Amino acid sequence: MNATATLALNRTIAATATSETAWVRATLTAVALIFLGLFLFVPLFAVFYEALKKGASFYFAALSEPDAWSAIKLTGLAALISVPLNLVFGVAAAWAIAKFEFRGKQLLTTLIDLPFSVSPVIAGLIYVLLFGAQGWFGPWMQAHDIKIIFAVPGIVLATIFITFPFVARELIPLMQAQGAEEEEAAQVLGANGWQIFFRVTLPNIKWGLLYGVILCNARAMGEFGAVSVVSGHIRGQTNTLPLHVEILYNEYNFTAAFAVASVLALLALVTLVLKTWVESRSKEYKRTDPLPEAPQP
Amino acid sequence: MLHQLLFIPLAAVLLGAGAAGAETTLLNVSYDVARELYKDYNVVFAKHWKQVSGETVTINQSHGGSSSQAMAVVNGLEADVVSMNQSNDIDLIATRGNLLPTDWQKRLPNSSAPYTSTQVFLVRRGNPKGIRDWDDLVKPGVQVIIPNPKITGNGRYTYLAAWGAVLKKGGSEAQARDFVTRLFKNVPILDSGGRAATNTFIQRKIGDVLVTFENEVLLIKKEIGGDQFDVVYPSISILAEPPVAVIDKVVDKRGTRRQAQAYLEYLYSEEGQEVAARHYYRPRSDKVLRAHAADFPPLKLFTVNEIFAGWQNAQKVHFADGGLFDQIYVKQ
Amino acid sequence: MNLFARRSDVLPGFNLALGFTLLYLSLIVLIPLSAVFIKTASLTWEAFWTTVTGSRVLASYRLSFGASLIAAVLNATFGLLVAWVLVRYEFPGKRLVDALVDLPFALPTAVAGIALTAVYAENGWIGQWFAAVGVKVAFTPLGILVAMTFIGLPFVVRTVQPVLEDIEHELEEAAACLGADRLQTFRRVILPAIAPALATGFALAFARAVGEYGSIIFIAGNMPMVSEITPLLIIAKLEQYDYVGATAIASVMLVFSFVLLLLVNLLQGWSQRRRAG
Repeated sequence: MNATATLALNRTIAATATSETAWVRATLTAVALIFLGLFLFVPLFAVFYEALKKGASFYFAALSEPDAWSAIKLTGLAALISVPLNLVFGVAAAWAIAKFEFRGKQLLTTLIDLPFSVSPVIAGLIYVLLFGAQGWFGPWMQAHDIKIIFAVPGIVLATIFITFPFVARELIPLMQAQGAEEEEAAQVLGANGWQIFFRVTLPNIKWGLLYGVILCNARAMGEFGAVSVVSGHIRGQTNTLPLHVEILYNEYNFTAAFAVASVLALLALVTLVLKTWVESRSKEYKRTDPLPEAPQP
Repeated sequence: MLHQLLFIPLAAVLLGAGAAGAETTLLNVSYDVARELYKDYNVVFAKHWKQVSGETVTINQSHGGSSSQAMAVVNGLEADVVSMNQSNDIDLIATRGNLLPTDWQKRLPNSSAPYTSTQVFLVRRGNPKGIRDWDDLVKPGVQVIIPNPKITGNGRYTYLAAWGAVLKKGGSEAQARDFVTRLFKNVPILDSGGRAATNTFIQRKIGDVLVTFENEVLLIKKEIGGDQFDVVYPSISILAEPPVAVIDKVVDKRGTRRQAQAYLEYLYSEEGQEVAARHYYRPRSDKVLRAHAADFPPLKLFTVNEIFAGWQNAQKVHFADGGLFDQIYVKQ
Repeated sequence: MNLFARRSDVLPGFNLALGFTLLYLSLIVLIPLSAVFIKTASLTWEAFWTTVTGSRVLASYRLSFGASLIAAVLNATFGLLVAWVLVRYEFPGKRLVDALVDLPFALPTAVAGIALTAVYAENGWIGQWFAAVGVKVAFTPLGILVAMTFIGLPFVVRTVQPVLEDIEHELEEAAACLGADRLQTFRRVILPAIAPALATGFALAFARAVGEYGSIIFIAGNMPMVSEITPLLIIAKLEQYDYVGATAIASVMLVFSFVLLLLVNLLQGWSQRRRAG
């Protein structure tokens, strides 16, 4: 045998030795797909199927109903406020944690992760404890006629809590991996703080930032448990889209409930598409980045 | 399209939700099973008010277990009017929250209750467990769905109806207490509202019989569940008088007293009574009641005043913390 | 005078960034969370103990934690399988499947709740097959298990995938040369390499399922002592305006969440060290 054929044979032997037989592969793939089917694909499909059960005109009527429209606006408002706030926080926290050394860094990172591990119901409960009429600030709020619980600000607060860590969690490891060398070089060359941030750091983290914002937004628009506790369930005023889905469902208006749910499901699918796109762009970005990766701390 | 989406929430923030303008909004805080009634009535009233005054009025609704809703109003939920199912909950708002005078009930006819209802049974098709009357509810193996008497007027009416049924048949207080104890032993889950109890019975298919307001039972039978369920009228039941009230402190602050007052008074008008009857509430107006006689079989009813010397006494004896319900229902 | 030593004495913005971080963290997270413990502290030890160990509460713990554990095991097993198939095999539509694995992250919990209920009800597409053999899924603890599996699905897949991708092919070839069959290679070469990631994903799925509310309450029976999850019990207490009872139970859940969070952080550290080494 000549050299090429030997190499090819070696590769084939290597390949067969380190992979399963065809039928094992097929079975494992089938089982995996069935599992995903049972838990993901079928329920997702069911949302759209049930939504369109009574036809397209019913579907659009359910969505343009005044209560549904108010819910859409409120959901949008909650996301519009909480995402930028958590974005600014995420950047600030990542800057402090990634570019500097200080005691208690690990503790701070753990604290930032807290809202992830807290049940959404508890997330709502804490704001009722603070701002409800019998809460710490309740009497003060009533005296000054400020309404937080049973009103829009409470919903926004609960949403901020729930989506608190999303951007920070994306940026912290990313900025830690990137190190501080480029920023320090810029400083040496005479840039001030904001210039360093906007011209050196931001371009490096833009994909991670976008990724975090996408996840943060998806969660902000979809939150249910926490918002359910602080909202007054006032139709047309303090119902977000997920709460509106629940109301329709509890009134045996299943098709309308699924119609509104399908809007949220579409939003989820858009989120997934954007996520995949950002992931592929950031991988590309890493490949074309000429600077070597900074050593791990 | 994007800047439109941005403009609307910004405008909402700047102007404040529900800001004053040519439009008035009212918030009606109500109990769980009154959803369909008020959805309909609000449209009817808005049209009437536009004709009478030229103003546009929007009425927002909030629904839940009646006592939970009452507490929410005490805790700051700004209701212009409340439409509860028993006077206790509004008394609570008056005494705990100081939001309206304690003699509120005299301000509207029929003790401020524009319509009435009662407690009846809903069973599975064919009535497989043979439930005909109160005594059948305590048979072993029967599961009864009743919403939580601690936080719903619906549940309290059922409790009192069961208690009163025993007394009316000549039983003693001790026998009544024993009966109610055995009844609640047959209740697997105490839901937080009448509609939640309906969901448990219909959707989750838990229980053999649902005991709830007549209007809810008829709603289920005629609109939602149809022939999967049968309605059973017990031999005797309790008269439920759901009252409504204007919340003075709120309407004076928001300047909506006129509209709120008219909103409640219109419930007594012929059109308002017609809406109530359409939603299976027994109207006060004899004329409308006769027109809908087919929906409302005649019933032997007793009142809370008759058997329990009024709601406030019933609340103190049975439903307050440490009262009889707490004693008989082993809280798990 | 800074209380913290800085690595970079050169870069600006430390005080501003850290100051804002700590302020925001305190206002939004720390102070509100502390309200739970402070409110609970108003109870005597005995009262607290009685509240959090009542039989209905204990039943809810057993359900919440027990079902979450089983769901996490399911997700660990099948999540590993899914990750394996996505990394190692090719099939049509693979990229679509890969993207959809993240659906539970992106889909609102209420939507998931009603969708799962519709599908697993007695007359639902999947539920009807179970009903044919006399098994009820929706409105029983089994339904809760289904919802918890859904919610934790991406965690194991996404933590194991990158590690699987990074495993050096040479290790497997060496094992093959030494006479191991695929199963042995998997058990003794691959599994140890991905164990930290698998454990991390398991812990994350477990933590998420325990606290979950929206996707579970629609499909759960919500019957006390049988199918009532702990978050629902907290809400039931809130509706009765038993704030103290609600916060007592909430504080138990919070302590558990913190412990789990620390565990996850430790596991992630172990995982990173394993990969670097």
